[in-house]
Amino acid sequence: MSGPVTLIDYGAGNLRSLRAALERLGADVAVSDDAATVARSARIVLPGVGAAAPAMRALRALGLDAAIGEAVERGSSLLGVCLGMQLLFERSAEGGVDCLGLLEGRVERIGWARRLPHMGWNDVAACSGHPLAPAAGTVCYFAHSYRAVPADPAAVVADTELDGTRFASLVAAGLVAGTQFHPEKSGAVGRELLARWLEVPVAA
Amino acid sequence: MLRRRIVPCLDVRGGRLVKGVNFEALRDCGDPVDAAERYAGQGADEIVWLNISAGEEDWRGLLDAVEQAAERVDVPLCVGGGVADAEHGRELLLAGADKVSSNTAPLHRPALIEELADRFGTQCVVVAIDAARDGEGGWQAFASAGRRAAGRDAIQWARESVERGAGELLVTSIDSDGTLGGYDLELLRAICESVPVPVVASGGAGRPEHLAAALEAGAQAALAASIFHDGRHTISEVKEEVNRWGLPVRR
Repeated sequence: MSGPVTLIDYGAGNLRSLRAALERLGADVAVSDDAATVARSARIVLPGVGAAAPAMRALRALGLDAAIGEAVERGSSLLGVCLGMQLLFERSAEGGVDCLGLLEGRVERIGWARRLPHMGWNDVAACSGHPLAPAAGTVCYFAHSYRAVPADPAAVVADTELDGTRFASLVAAGLVAGTQFHPEKSGAVGRELLARWLEVPVAA
Repeated sequence: MLRRRIVPCLDVRGGRLVKGVNFEALRDCGDPVDAAERYAGQGADEIVWLNISAGEEDWRGLLDAVEQAAERVDVPLCVGGGVADAEHGRELLLAGADKVSSNTAPLHRPALIEELADRFGTQCVVVAIDAARDGEGGWQAFASAGRRAAGRDAIQWARESVERGAGELLVTSIDSDGTLGGYDLELLRAICESVPVPVVASGGAGRPEHLAAALEAGAQAALAASIFHDGRHTISEVKEEVNRWGLPVRR
């Protein structure tokens, strides 16, 4: 098993499910809002519920934006979940806010859907041979109205179709990865994906 | 393709799973956390947990139970009953709920919907609408577990709830609830046509084809209680039926 995982607590709500999901896989999980702790961590999960602008304000107020950047610079493995994934990009249209800029691209509202939020279980289809790419037939749980538009198509590990249009649902570049869906709420397939993320070798 | 959801509903009173008929006559159906875990294992796409006593003394017990459920269940959990302010919403989300459902409080103070949506995002905010036919081709919204007419047209209230930030509507037909005779499909159609958010159908499921019909009427999810609690049908049986109707479900 890999080393400990730091689950970032910036008041974003439901940490319990993510923590429980990681612990069920045998991970040693530390929940922290401390910038120094996060900066030293080799494996970091950035959760997120709510809207981008208040989330970025909360991260900045705690110095966590810089701490996450520092950890990534050192070669730590970072996983953003749902809003946490969106915050990895440069900018979000939700509240018009600059985000962490760890992945190139922006976050936009899903403009084409018949109903929003995109809420429920949907296919996550592999677009590359990345180690985190999902197996055929993977279906995961989503709850969101915005989606990431990565600048580099190679960062799209998997995508998902909604009302005839596809969007990036699993992204990665180097050791920075993110899922638009909730692996912790996606039953056995989510568990399997988190298990693979825990096995990603870290450089830090 | 986005799947339609099959959602067992846990009505919880004093920490016990109960089932009522027409919002009355409760009987004990066991431990709700066990039930949530069992249903998740059987393929439930989500669990709705409604606390129907909602007294202050119950609140701490509810949070404890939600914490246990969130640790044992790896599908989404929507919790409601007694959510009177944003702080209640926060406590439930911190306990491990993914979504918070509210019925009576926003009827009295609609701004609660905005407060919840602003703090937690629309995807966390479910407004539960209990509706009964008004005898004139429409539906009235009811508060307090169906006991009191709210003096609002249910369709108008659905629209207003969404404008204020509801990310999902849980629509229960008071006329159909507990009858096992099928959902009020006209009510579902009327609401699904009126709002651009997902709608969860509730009230009246007695056979698998009832859930399929609700989904065909436009609901994104169909909620049921007794059909599952009594062991009359499994979630798989319902999903097979929905699949036969040509609607996508998670298998």
